[in-house]
Amino acid sequence: MARRIYYLVIAMAVAMLATGAWLALVWAPPDREMGDVQRIMYAHVPSVWMALLAVTLNFGCSIAYLIRSNWKADALAEAAAEVGVLFGAVGVTLGSIWGRPTWGVWWTWDPRLTSAAIMLVSYAGYLALRRFVEDPERRATWSSVAAIIAFVDIPIIWFSVKWWRSLHQVQSSPSTVDPKMTLVLRWNAIAFLLVMIVFIWSRYRIALHQRERELAPPEALAAEPQSRTPAAGALR
Amino acid sequence: MSAPDSEADQPSQAGALGLIQQLFANAAIVLAKDLLIEWRTRTRLNALLFFSFATLLLFSFALGPDTKLLERNAGGYLWLAILFSSVLALGESFRVERENASLDGLRLVPTDARAIFLGKALGNGLILILIGLLLIPVMVALYGVTIAMGFGPLVVVLVLGCFAISWPGTVYSAIASNARARDVLLPLLLFPLIVPALLAAVKATSLVLQGDPMLQLRSWLTLLVAFNLIYWALGLALFPQVIEE
Repeated sequence: MARRIYYLVIAMAVAMLATGAWLALVWAPPDREMGDVQRIMYAHVPSVWMALLAVTLNFGCSIAYLIRSNWKADALAEAAAEVGVLFGAVGVTLGSIWGRPTWGVWWTWDPRLTSAAIMLVSYAGYLALRRFVEDPERRATWSSVAAIIAFVDIPIIWFSVKWWRSLHQVQSSPSTVDPKMTLVLRWNAIAFLLVMIVFIWSRYRIALHQRERELAPPEALAAEPQSRTPAAGALR
Repeated sequence: MSAPDSEADQPSQAGALGLIQQLFANAAIVLAKDLLIEWRTRTRLNALLFFSFATLLLFSFALGPDTKLLERNAGGYLWLAILFSSVLALGESFRVERENASLDGLRLVPTDARAIFLGKALGNGLILILIGLLLIPVMVALYGVTIAMGFGPLVVVLVLGCFAISWPGTVYSAIASNARARDVLLPLLLFPLIVPALLAAVKATSLVLQGDPMLQLRSWLTLLVAFNLIYWALGLALFPQVIEE
């Protein structure tokens, strides 16, 4: 059953992403001032939204792990953080590409850009911490602590950098832009959400299998040395 | 059986206030222990000091002999020097505990793990403040700085900034000290986290050094205080999980 839903979500994600690309590149009207360059927004904004969503999921799972010591929460936290960093990197890169023709520079020290970059680095640190600790229980606890500390920092970074300087254009509200643009943006946001669900789901299963293997007793102690994951059932 | 029971009952009779008192008393013991170790192995503190002096010198070499530029950015260089030394100081504070597995011994003491956090973090903060205090005259001399608002406000910024580094830094150094590649891991975790505090501390220091005609100092100090409170509370809440086996 879960397998079927998984493939269904993949199919929907691919279909929506394909139509979303067509809508964004052909159907939506060009921006009055920025022209076709503005179309990058349809991929840039959803990527950043998804990155924030994934990081929030990571935060929730980290708290859940500290309270319940549940391996599924740990695996989901790992999956969400990796996918979040991926989407964040895509979002920042697209923003930078858009900034070149629009602002005339690849990079400015604008609050959003800077906060996003700092957030990316801090979650890269989180992922590095996960790689550097072998013991699964310690890794899960410590990375949960690090994730909570990093997540709480995001709004503080945002405010401090905002006070520091500001240049990013203010988001347009749906009432001031062409309704077609809003529709395309929302369509693409849903497409990206589906893609993110697929990514996190796949990564979560890998992480869960890794936990199973790590927590399995050494082969010499296992009842059946031939079976590769003797404790596989224990987690389910 | 009766002796441990009666001991465990004592704090509950004294109530929450007694528990807090006990927490701070135990934290003071951990702090005294750390400062004593620091005092008896002064070579470490000296090495740290000369490292931070060298950092300040290097900034002037990296930027060339433009005295105007150096004077304008003096606050930033001071904080970077403190931040770089903080990584070494924080790393040391738990490396000491790993030797002879003394952290295990510390954990066996019937006290709250939060007392260990408070003591360690206070100790790290005090060492950073000491380094900062000794760096200020060096900065004044090297970069030709005049302190517009006087020494008092500068010390306030220094204290707030150093503790802003030491609260989260202590939690991270407890984590990193047991991981592989801990020397890389600690700055990788700490530097991005510390950005708001660094920003606020640098801005506040620059305002204290160059005068504050727009009255911006207050908001940066508020940010520093808020950062301190948030990470002090988070450290108290999360640290027991970190050193628990």
